[in-house]
Amino acid sequence: MRDDVPYDVARIRADFPILAREVNGKPLVYLDNGASAQKPQAVIDAVTRAYAEEYSNVHRGLHYLSNLATENYEAVRGKIAHFLGVADERAIVMNSGTTEGINFVAYGWAMPRFEPGDEIVLSVMEHHANIVPWHFLRERQGAVLRWVDVDATGALDPQRVIDAIGPRTKLVALTHLSNVLGTRVDIKTIAAAAREKGVAILVDGSQAAVHMPLDLDDLGVDFYAITGHKLYGPSGSGAIYIRPERMAEMRPLMGGGDMIREVTKDAVIYNDPPMKFEAGTPGIVQQIGLGAALDYLMELGMEAIEAHENGLRDYARERLDGLNWLQVQGRAPDKAAIFSFTLDGAAHAHDISTVLDKRGIAVRAGHHCAGPLMEHLGVSATCRASFGLYNTEAEIDALVDALELCHELFA
Amino acid sequence: MATEAFEEIAETFEFLDDWEDRYRHVIDLGKAMDPLGETLRVPATKVDGCASQVWIVPEIDGAGGAAVFRFRGDSDAMIVRGLIAILAALYNGLTIAQVARVDAEAELRRLGLHDHLSSQRSNGLRAMVERIRQIAGKAAA
Repeated sequence: MRDDVPYDVARIRADFPILAREVNGKPLVYLDNGASAQKPQAVIDAVTRAYAEEYSNVHRGLHYLSNLATENYEAVRGKIAHFLGVADERAIVMNSGTTEGINFVAYGWAMPRFEPGDEIVLSVMEHHANIVPWHFLRERQGAVLRWVDVDATGALDPQRVIDAIGPRTKLVALTHLSNVLGTRVDIKTIAAAAREKGVAILVDGSQAAVHMPLDLDDLGVDFYAITGHKLYGPSGSGAIYIRPERMAEMRPLMGGGDMIREVTKDAVIYNDPPMKFEAGTPGIVQQIGLGAALDYLMELGMEAIEAHENGLRDYARERLDGLNWLQVQGRAPDKAAIFSFTLDGAAHAHDISTVLDKRGIAVRAGHHCAGPLMEHLGVSATCRASFGLYNTEAEIDALVDALELCHELFA
Repeated sequence: MATEAFEEIAETFEFLDDWEDRYRHVIDLGKAMDPLGETLRVPATKVDGCASQVWIVPEIDGAGGAAVFRFRGDSDAMIVRGLIAILAALYNGLTIAQVARVDAEAELRRLGLHDHLSSQRSNGLRAMVERIRQIAGKAAA
């Protein structure tokens, strides 16, 4: 964190070219960061430079450009490790994002060691990316999914998760920060208990990595998946941290180039991890763009970003609480700046988002890829305003004005 | 091709300059439409859209291309309900042969509402127009 420079949101906004555009004749108010974040010029420039001046395949050639592209690409592994608070960058497997990361663990680590009746503990607020791969294990191998509820505020009591770990539990799979409610989960406490019981823990860090500083070496998890496009980086970029003991237990999911040392008609000798788990030509330029995004975030400082977003959260909570016809889902005090809401009466989440869109305000309407949570909340759909590092209090005012119009139109 | 009921709506829309007033009117049209009873909101009448649900119940009087087409519809989203009311005005009372010749997107364009029919919109309206055309196509055969 740079203590010498105050958090200047106007200057930061100028780094994101898309924020200058209008939508439906109004200045864009982008509050759909939970789905995907916009990109700073530094990322766009890094992608352009990678293609225009420094492109080649990686890990293969001995020529100048191949060496340069490999250096640029491999440097990102170190940036990811640094960003996540991981000392050994060999614990980072680069991939296309959280969905790939979690499926990779399901196929490469869980499937070979699950017996019928073995259990996975997960919370009701998981994203489908951290549910469906475990349903695969249920369908194909008889794994049992044990669901832990959140309380009325949307908070997850770590003790309830720990209590759900039984003698047959092989894995705990949790989000670090809910994409619908903004709830932060006390992973450190849960991870310590899981480790004591010899149970692995996988964390979906898609949202948490965006909103708070991370120190995975301190957090004590086995797997931690992140996705680049939510981190202000390119779509198709991402990574998963894997604790070295677990990486040693994993079998490769995909076979192909790059992940091997030697191939004959009769045998294969694999490359060392993490290369063993990165088959084929990777998303070279996407990852280079992600590296630029992480540089940008680390330059601003995740502590400073978190402080700014907590300010937005407090202001949004205060303004939204003033609307007594609006129901906000998720009231945990330390939640992140993600607000899901519904309106009194017959208005559907799509109605609200349609009107907001006419005012240039982008929110998400729907089930947010969190079916079990919607079921738990007793709603079919919500609108979600999810804030990012470039959002402002004025944008919250614009949101509230537009919601007042919704209330008037749909009353 | 358009019915008198639709022409009336189009005339009203000519006086509505800004989108707020147009949406206000769409919502009012939806509120004025009779809801479908629970017994008609069933999988057989449901049009797969996305998060907002749409149901459509056709009522065809007669046989062949000269049969008169009517439908009743509903949605759990209020703007979509209003758009259904507009589609009902557009199609109801036409013959089956005429239904096939309606250019729904062009007609909604006259109201400034055609973007609701774009292929990427997941409100179910486009699927609903396709369903109407299918129903008419089957009835004509």
